[in-house]
Amino acid sequence: MGIATLGLYSQAIILFAALALFTSFIMLAQARMMPLIFTFAWQGLLLAVVSVLVAIVSDHPHLYISAALTFTLKVVLIPWLLYRLSVQLNMQYDAEVIEHPTLLLLGGVALVIFSYYVAQSIVQLSGLATRNTIAVSIAIELLGMLLMCARKSAVAQVIGFMSMESGIFFAAVVSTYGMPLIVELGVAFDILVASILFGVFFFHLRDSFGSLDVVRFNRLSEANQPMPLRDAAGELSPGDHP
Amino acid sequence: MDRELTAWALAAAQALLFIAAAPLLAGWLQRVKCHMQNRAAPTVWQPYRNLAKLLRKRMLLAENASWLFRAVPYIVFGAMLLAAAVVPLIAVRLPSAAIADVIVLVGFFALARFFTALAGLDIGTAFGGMGASREMMVAALAEPAMLMAVFTLSMTAATTNLSIATEYVLQSGLVLRPSFLFALLALAMVAVAESSRIPVDNPATHLELTMLHEAMILEYGGRHLALIEWASQIKLMIYSVLIVDFFFPWGIATGFSARALAVGAMAVAAKLMLLAVILVVWETVLAKMRLFRVPQFLGFAFMLSLLAMLTHVVLETGG
Repeated sequence: MGIATLGLYSQAIILFAALALFTSFIMLAQARMMPLIFTFAWQGLLLAVVSVLVAIVSDHPHLYISAALTFTLKVVLIPWLLYRLSVQLNMQYDAEVIEHPTLLLLGGVALVIFSYYVAQSIVQLSGLATRNTIAVSIAIELLGMLLMCARKSAVAQVIGFMSMESGIFFAAVVSTYGMPLIVELGVAFDILVASILFGVFFFHLRDSFGSLDVVRFNRLSEANQPMPLRDAAGELSPGDHP
Repeated sequence: MDRELTAWALAAAQALLFIAAAPLLAGWLQRVKCHMQNRAAPTVWQPYRNLAKLLRKRMLLAENASWLFRAVPYIVFGAMLLAAAVVPLIAVRLPSAAIADVIVLVGFFALARFFTALAGLDIGTAFGGMGASREMMVAALAEPAMLMAVFTLSMTAATTNLSIATEYVLQSGLVLRPSFLFALLALAMVAVAESSRIPVDNPATHLELTMLHEAMILEYGGRHLALIEWASQIKLMIYSVLIVDFFFPWGIATGFSARALAVGAMAVAAKLMLLAVILVVWETVLAKMRLFRVPQFLGFAFMLSLLAMLTHVVLETGG
C-alpha cells in the first residue's frame, strides 16, 4: 500500500508526523535557547494537528479533547513557562556549544532506523490506517532521550524530557487511537506539575552552582579547596564525606 | 520516422534554449537582488553583454599554462551542455532524456568540477591551489547529499531517468509526500552550495579569504572566462530546473503540439522567476558563513536527504 492510495487526510497525518520528526532533529541541532523552546512549541502544534486529523479519520471524538490538551500544554503553557524562566534567569540569548554536531545528527538518524526496525513487528499486527507512523513516534521519543544525553544545559534537558513525553503521547494516538481520557488527563497534569517544579529547581540550581550547566553539578564544592592531609584522607572510602 | 525527427529537433531546440536562457536567469536574479537591496538595477540582459564583451577581448595566458589550462573551459562548457540536454525544460518524453540519467548528471557536474580544480592547480598560484582545495571540500560534502536526495525521488518514481520521473510526479497529481519535502530542502541547500551562492560562497566577491569558486578561475580571461562563467550560469539553471521539474512539474508539456509547448515554456519561465525571487530573499537575509561552518551546513543537508529516504521507506511504502 503506497501513500498515493491513501485519502488526503491520511496523507496529511503522515506529512505532519514526518514534520514532527523533523522538529526533533532541529532541536538536536539548535544550540540557542529561545529557538529551542519555539521548536518544541512547533512540535507540540504538529502533534496536536495530527491528533485532530486522526480524530477525523478514525471518528474518535475524544481525541479532540487530547488535541486540545496538547495544544494548551505543549504549545502555550509549557513553552511560555520555559520562556519566562529563561528571561528571568537572563539566559534567553545563551547558546551552548554542541560537541560533534554532525555525529549527533547521524546518531539521530541511526535511532530512526532502529525504531523502524523495532516497530516492524507492531506494524504487522496492527490494522490501523496510522500504523506506519508508529516508528516515527518511537523515534521522537528516542530523539528526546538523545537530546537529554547530548546536552549540558538543564533547560535543554528538560525540553528533551518533554519531547520524550510528546513521543509517548503520539505513540498512543497512532497505535491505539489514544489512551483512556483519565490517563491522558493524569499525564498532562503530571507534566504541568513537572514543568513548574523544574522552574523552581532551576532557581535553586543557579543559586547553588551559579550555572545551569549539568557538567558542573558533578564537581564537588570542596574541589577548589586545598587537599586535606594524607592520613585524614586515607581513612575515607571514595564517596564518604567527612 | 518523421515524428522521431521532430522529437530530436525539439530536443536540440530545448537544449539550445536552455543554454541561451541561462544568462537571462542570472540577469533576472541580479536585477531582483539589486531591487531588494535598494540599488540601481542593471537590465536583465547585462550577463549577455558581459559575455559578449569577454568573447571579444584578446586572450592572455599565463606563461606556464599547459594545454590542460586551455582545454578546461571547453571541457567544462561541454559537460554543462550535455547536462543541459538531459534535463527536461519545457517538455518531457524527448529522446535526448534517454542519453543519461540523473546519476550521470551528477557525474557531469563532478567532471566539470574536477577539471576546474585541475586548472586552478595548473598555473601554480597560491589562490588557485587554495580555491581548488576548498571547492573539493565543498563538493565532497555536497555530492552525497545530492545523490541521496536524488535516490529518494528515484525510489518513488522507480526510475532514475529524469523525464520519466517528472512525468510520474505529474501524473500522480497532488500527493503529500513528506520525503519530497525533505528532499526538496536538501536539494535546495546543495544547489546553493554547488552554484556558489550565499551563504556558502559569494559570487560577487574577490576577497581572497572568502573566495571559493572565484579563486580557481582568477587566471582566466577573454573567451575562456566567458565560457566558464556561462557554464556556471547553466549550472545554476540546471539546479533550478531540476527543483521546479521534480517537485512542481505542473504545466510541463507532455505532447509536442505548439500549444502544449507554449504553455510549458510559460510555466517553466514563471516557476523559475518565482524560484529566483525566493533565492534572492534567502541570499538577502543570510550572511556568508565561515568556511568551517560549511561542513555543518552540508551535514544538515545530508541529514535532510537521509531523513527523506527514511520517511519514504518508513511512511510511504509497506504496511
